[in-house]
Amino acid sequence: MQEGAVLEMRGICKYFPGVRALQDVDFTLREGEIHALMGENGAGKSTLIKVLTGVYPKDGGEIRIKGVDGAVSIHSPQDAQNAGISTVYQEITLCPNLTVAENMYIGRTKGNLTNWKEINKGAAKILETLGIPASPRQQLGACSIAVQQMVAIARAVDMDCKVLILDEPTSSLDEQEVEKLFGLMRDLKAKGVGIIFVTHFLDQVYEVCDRITVLRDGGLVGEYVIEDLPRVRLVSKMLGKELDDMADIKKDVCTAEVSVDGVPVLEAEGLSSSAGIKPFDFSIRKGEVNGLTGLLGSGRSECVRAIFGADHVTAGTVKMNGKPVKISKPLDAMKHGIGYLPEDRKGDGIVGDLSVRENIILALQVMKGFFRPFSRAQAEAFADEYIKLLEIKTASSDTPVKSLSGGNQQKVILARWLLTNPQYLILDEPTRGIDIGTKVEIQKLVLKLASEGKSVTFISSEIDEMLRTCSRLVVMRDRKAVGELSGENLTQSQIMATIAGGDESCQ
Amino acid sequence: MPVIVKEPKEQVKKPQESFWKRMTRHQLFIPLAALALLVLFNLIADPSFFAVSIKQNSLGNPVLSGNIISVLDNASELVLLAIGMTLVTASSGGQDISVGATMAIAGSVILRMVCGGQVSADSPCMPILLAVLIGIFVSMAFGAFNGALVAYFKIQPMVATLIMFTAGRSIAAWINNNELPIMNDVSFKYAGTFLPGIPVPTPIFITIFMVIVFWALLKFTNLGLYTQAVGINANSSHLNGLNPQMIKLLTYMILGACVAVAGFIRVSRSGSINYSRIAENIEMDAILAVALGGNSLSGGKFNIYGSIIGAYVIQFLTTTLYKYEVPSTALPAYKAVVVIILVVLSAPVVREKLSHMKRTAGKTVKEAT
Repeated sequence: MQEGAVLEMRGICKYFPGVRALQDVDFTLREGEIHALMGENGAGKSTLIKVLTGVYPKDGGEIRIKGVDGAVSIHSPQDAQNAGISTVYQEITLCPNLTVAENMYIGRTKGNLTNWKEINKGAAKILETLGIPASPRQQLGACSIAVQQMVAIARAVDMDCKVLILDEPTSSLDEQEVEKLFGLMRDLKAKGVGIIFVTHFLDQVYEVCDRITVLRDGGLVGEYVIEDLPRVRLVSKMLGKELDDMADIKKDVCTAEVSVDGVPVLEAEGLSSSAGIKPFDFSIRKGEVNGLTGLLGSGRSECVRAIFGADHVTAGTVKMNGKPVKISKPLDAMKHGIGYLPEDRKGDGIVGDLSVRENIILALQVMKGFFRPFSRAQAEAFADEYIKLLEIKTASSDTPVKSLSGGNQQKVILARWLLTNPQYLILDEPTRGIDIGTKVEIQKLVLKLASEGKSVTFISSEIDEMLRTCSRLVVMRDRKAVGELSGENLTQSQIMATIAGGDESCQ
Repeated sequence: MPVIVKEPKEQVKKPQESFWKRMTRHQLFIPLAALALLVLFNLIADPSFFAVSIKQNSLGNPVLSGNIISVLDNASELVLLAIGMTLVTASSGGQDISVGATMAIAGSVILRMVCGGQVSADSPCMPILLAVLIGIFVSMAFGAFNGALVAYFKIQPMVATLIMFTAGRSIAAWINNNELPIMNDVSFKYAGTFLPGIPVPTPIFITIFMVIVFWALLKFTNLGLYTQAVGINANSSHLNGLNPQMIKLLTYMILGACVAVAGFIRVSRSGSINYSRIAENIEMDAILAVALGGNSLSGGKFNIYGSIIGAYVIQFLTTTLYKYEVPSTALPAYKAVVVIILVVLSAPVVREKLSHMKRTAGKTVKEAT
């Protein structure tokens, strides 16, 4: 092993039926460093992590860990844990029906007797030191996604690990929470823990990391010290080509002109729902891209869910193209040409065990009706068309959608709605947890749709992204729309001020 | 540090894992292999097992007789239940354990209708088909009751259907005032025995008909896609315009219809009913058939043909054991042993290991040569 290394992976190979997920990948983690693992969707980051943690058996190569002679064999997550490797996955893998403390200690108690008092006390202490707003006895499922994520991190941190893997830990955290996490990561680094940090946020990489390893299409591109690899080069390494897509997008924005007059495609008045959203007004014009922004839990998702009829609508009227319509369930909304890409991709978006093809045709098929299924050939044609159009990386259209990477799953759901040819598309956090390349693709797609006369509501936690795509922003706070920004007001500082609230905000 | 992509390696890899893996991975592999094993066992032990002869039945008509005919005939009720149970399992991730009791209810209703409330009737009081339709209707209503508990009140299927499991046979007895009506007219027994002049047992035709109906339902409607989508991810299905509750309810009602037809066949075999014994423990065999067919009992993706083959495997096994004169009291124990083996073999963990083992074995052979 190299001097100072805590973990060495050499020549790791992993195959899935029809897909080469990893090919001769080397990875070295040194003591007390934060090492970013970067790559596009399907580059093999998650697979590499899963091989390391024993979720997948590797098909070739060896893993060495400091303090152990020779190659270690890791056949199960338990082995990995025993070897000092702790993981926090992108998707929360805790048990929502257990309490916070139970989740933190599950599988780690020694012997057959459990001292619950001790456990709850221990958990309370960790939660307090990490500043996580949860009580040990609280049921995990009742916490917000962000808190659940932090509990997962707390669990991993508490396990006295040599190697800590954070797989997209920040994708559902807001800025303050991310800062807290970074503080924690730096503390651990000072204690000599090696941290593998998988993320799509370039800013975060340059904020905390020491080294970067880049993967592309299952192969190793290289390992770099962070000072040697400026952002633009990192992006081009990940994409495998030199480009400046960001600039392209900004140019596009200027060309996407929105007609201010005319009847709104959708106009909601005093809409409220059982999910606890206060009555709000909302409208969007043809060819417009507007955005909903606000902190986590500010009611962005509840707002659009009410429009789509996903929650029980308790009050308010909706007009489409000037005519009053009644939307009481998603099918009503779909029939009026509304599409909705939900925030929680795994829980509300994909139908995991079904194939990519079935996932793509699902919405259109439901609209067509129970007694009129598409023929196999027709479904095949639809799926192939959109797999090609959105460049979805999948072995075939028969592959179960759950075996795709996060970004490709998101593209499948996008394909599903594009196939229904909606006049109004709601995208709730479409870019969360997916790589930069796909993010740019999705942003471009949004603008393209707008230029074709479709209306899009875009929700994102990243203000940059919203500024690039939206011509008007509705700001939410405490389940209420508190302001609307457009034109020259549409600046980062103005948005921040409105989100934060206070005297100058429009109440 | 660019990495050279080694394309050839991948090409070598592919064909190696293809045939055995594809075969063992296929959902129908285990049930078909089990069926093949049973056939093989009987062929070796006593080929006369498969002998089919022509005998006179009680009415003096020549009919086919033999073990194989009896397997096909006696499996009929189980096949129908397995079909419905597969859909219920797929949509709700649980099983209906009240199917045996509901069969008793359906059978009781049909007998009550054709006997017109008498204890013994010599000719049907109403057209048999009408009585069967009423039986189907009642059975579907009970299915709707179960389905509503599961779909709208979100009660676990096994708990929800425990109610009818417990109460069903009493309700069946109550329908006929606790009498045991007997239908003496020969036409009533056509469905459970033989049609005049046709040497093949009628239940086999009814089963074929029902399998074709469900093949058509799955092909020409979205029943399969909807139940699977709802079973895998109800939230997502809702956001795609489906009504998950409605679809769950629908599958329980479809099972109700299957149960009624099975109940009709059962009462038609003898022309009478024994409330506490009719179709006893058949719910367990039905669930087993679904599992043997390689379907996950926690719902989602399903293969209805797997369940059908599973049902025949169970009946084949029972008949084989009878043939070797296993006492009927010991039968469940023998069955359990075979079932354990089959279920363990079809468990994903074991199948993964099996296909892996075969692959490495193939590799070493190659290296040796």
